[in-house]
Amino acid sequence: MLLVISGTTFIIYKVILAVAVFAVSLGVAAYATYGERKIAAFLQDRVGPDRAGPFGLLQPLADGVKMFMKEEIIPTVSNKALFILGPSLFMITALLTGAVIPWGPDLVIGGERYPLQVTDVNIGVLYLLGVVSVGVYGIMLGGWASNNKYSLMGALRASSQMISYEIAMGLSVIALVMVTGTLSLREIADQQTSWHWNIIYQPLGFLIFFICALAETNRAPFDLPECETELVGGYHTEYSSMKLGLFLFSEYINMFISSAVMATFYFGGYNMPFIGRWVSDPNWLAFWGVIFFFGKIIFFIFTFMWIRWTLPRFRYDQLMNLGWKILIPLAIFNLAVVTPLIMLAFGKLKF
Amino acid sequence: MTITHILFLVLSVVAVLSAAIVVLNSNPVRNVLLLIVCFFSIAGHYVLLNAQFLAAVHVIVYAGAIMVLFLFVIMLLNLNKESEPHKPAWEKIIAVIAGGIFFVTLVGALKGTDVIVRNASGTSLGDSGIPSPEIGLVESLGKVLFSDFLVPFELSSILFLGAMVGAVMLGKKNIK
Amino acid sequence: MQALTKRSKVVVNKQLSFVEKLYLPAILGGMRITLTHLFKKSATVKYPEKKRAISNVYRGQHVLKRDENGAERCTACGLCAVACPAEAITMLSAERKKGEEALYREEKYASVYEINMLRCIFCGLCEEACPKEAIFLTNRIVPVEFERNDFIYGKDKLVEPMEKDKRIDVSIRETTEVAEFKKHNEYGHNQVWDGSKAIDTKKKKKAH
Repeated sequence: MLLVISGTTFIIYKVILAVAVFAVSLGVAAYATYGERKIAAFLQDRVGPDRAGPFGLLQPLADGVKMFMKEEIIPTVSNKALFILGPSLFMITALLTGAVIPWGPDLVIGGERYPLQVTDVNIGVLYLLGVVSVGVYGIMLGGWASNNKYSLMGALRASSQMISYEIAMGLSVIALVMVTGTLSLREIADQQTSWHWNIIYQPLGFLIFFICALAETNRAPFDLPECETELVGGYHTEYSSMKLGLFLFSEYINMFISSAVMATFYFGGYNMPFIGRWVSDPNWLAFWGVIFFFGKIIFFIFTFMWIRWTLPRFRYDQLMNLGWKILIPLAIFNLAVVTPLIMLAFGKLKF
Repeated sequence: MTITHILFLVLSVVAVLSAAIVVLNSNPVRNVLLLIVCFFSIAGHYVLLNAQFLAAVHVIVYAGAIMVLFLFVIMLLNLNKESEPHKPAWEKIIAVIAGGIFFVTLVGALKGTDVIVRNASGTSLGDSGIPSPEIGLVESLGKVLFSDFLVPFELSSILFLGAMVGAVMLGKKNIK
Repeated sequence: MQALTKRSKVVVNKQLSFVEKLYLPAILGGMRITLTHLFKKSATVKYPEKKRAISNVYRGQHVLKRDENGAERCTACGLCAVACPAEAITMLSAERKKGEEALYREEKYASVYEINMLRCIFCGLCEEACPKEAIFLTNRIVPVEFERNDFIYGKDKLVEPMEKDKRIDVSIRETTEVAEFKKHNEYGHNQVWDGSKAIDTKKKKKAH
């Protein structure tokens, strides 16, 4: 590709950016666990964790230390290699998606542009879908290797659920790609300047994408793979110590990334209406862009949690019905409506 | 040796080795996992050939969907060495012949690709043998699919439609 | 069919209307409710810093009382153990030796007196059964322990301290009736039976 190896500053910058994205993903995920507990508590008129540090802000640290200190149990009847591979794979795929997300407008230092994005692949959308579709292996292998029927059931549920909802998700993304005309996330974000957010053009697509994102991240009301009332712990029944931590943690990273993706796809990414009126310096623009982007992400993470602590869990057949009989036809309908409209729009412009 | 060459060598070795183990080994779950590794290295080859779109679609479709279903079935059936059926010798011979014919067909089909590549990218292959960067982009692929290969493309879409209808029919209960 | 209560409802398998089938209005309604709770005051009492007020006659950890001179009141009669519905109380009796008069009020005393706090239901029947006013329930809360054995409280934890200022005050549990009853020495347990001073129950009831 066009990657120029000679520029050492380029490589150093990319490495710094990658490490930063990695650290931010982990940090946000860690505080999402804290946020989850706090929001759950507030929605239920409770206080939530408030013992570790002021307002319980050190709770994620305490949780992490606890996870590391716990005894690590690997069942003797399990497939050891796969048992360890499962959570690692899940974590890796969760972290991989952060690479293509544009976190903000370009920085300009010394006349050179520094994009706040690890790589701008021209198939960013497909890259996201690909990594998400591979993510299911972690759960599947972990659940199967545990040699426990609850784990297996959880793993099967997880994989069938993720495969089913990937279709509707892909169809809604196709409609979005048709509207934007590009597969690059940077271009999608750049197109949505001021108030031209894609949510205006794709409200139904966003709804489908949002529901599918809930299902893909195994969040309530679609958290059947780990529903404790039926399957003990689901796919992570046999896991303990930090391996369990990796599973739980990856869920929050997935949530963070899917919030970022939703913000980029439908809510203008780092754009904010009328920001150009007050800020003209590109670096300040980048700064405010990152702030707005994270604001949108935090809003979506909050919505995820808000939904979790409001809605009851689906039954398995209801889940499958919703995915196959409602969301996929809806997504196709969305596509069928969008296509002629785009033809019309382009027909007026070009022919 | 450039970095591309090293990557090509590594990916090829991984692909061939994993594929060979898939054929020779009889542990189903390990086979599926190695097949996934093989698919990933093939996706890597696509990236080396500037066909990022193909690489992504390959990962989504094969590694992300088909192999998940494979794994699904294997996990449910709990296949192992004992339950593997013993195949008679003639079946194996037929399999080898069929595989050979398929290989020959593949060679025949790929023989004319140079021309297509040149047509699609609008430029000829460079001296290094590496095609131009535009070849793998979605635009050029779409153009080729909807001009030179329109009939096979539409035929395959009809095939997919038929398969989908068939799946729905099979899935329906109480069919008369 | 006649309804058994006014609250009974006949289940109707009514088909959902299209708007109801969308579910989104209902979901949004639910989410609105939870959102309002986000701004409500939490009902939590932060325990170690703040303690919830408890009743004066709260029945918590037991105490074995001493009399004014510091001698244990308990005579190991076993009535509390008999009265206990949870069978939480066990005891062993022993005879008082010479020179122990300051320690034990009567000739017989409990050498071992144990209450299993895990079995105890804090009903207060032991207190009611005790003829010697030796056992009382107090408003102290039984603390948590790590071992089950630690919940079996012996005399070391039950008997109140000898020092006058460290005695545990149970006067709060004395109702006006009890206080009145105590004024009459003739009704006391430690009196030698005298037929002429027998309680006239009718007269006593009139007094209150």
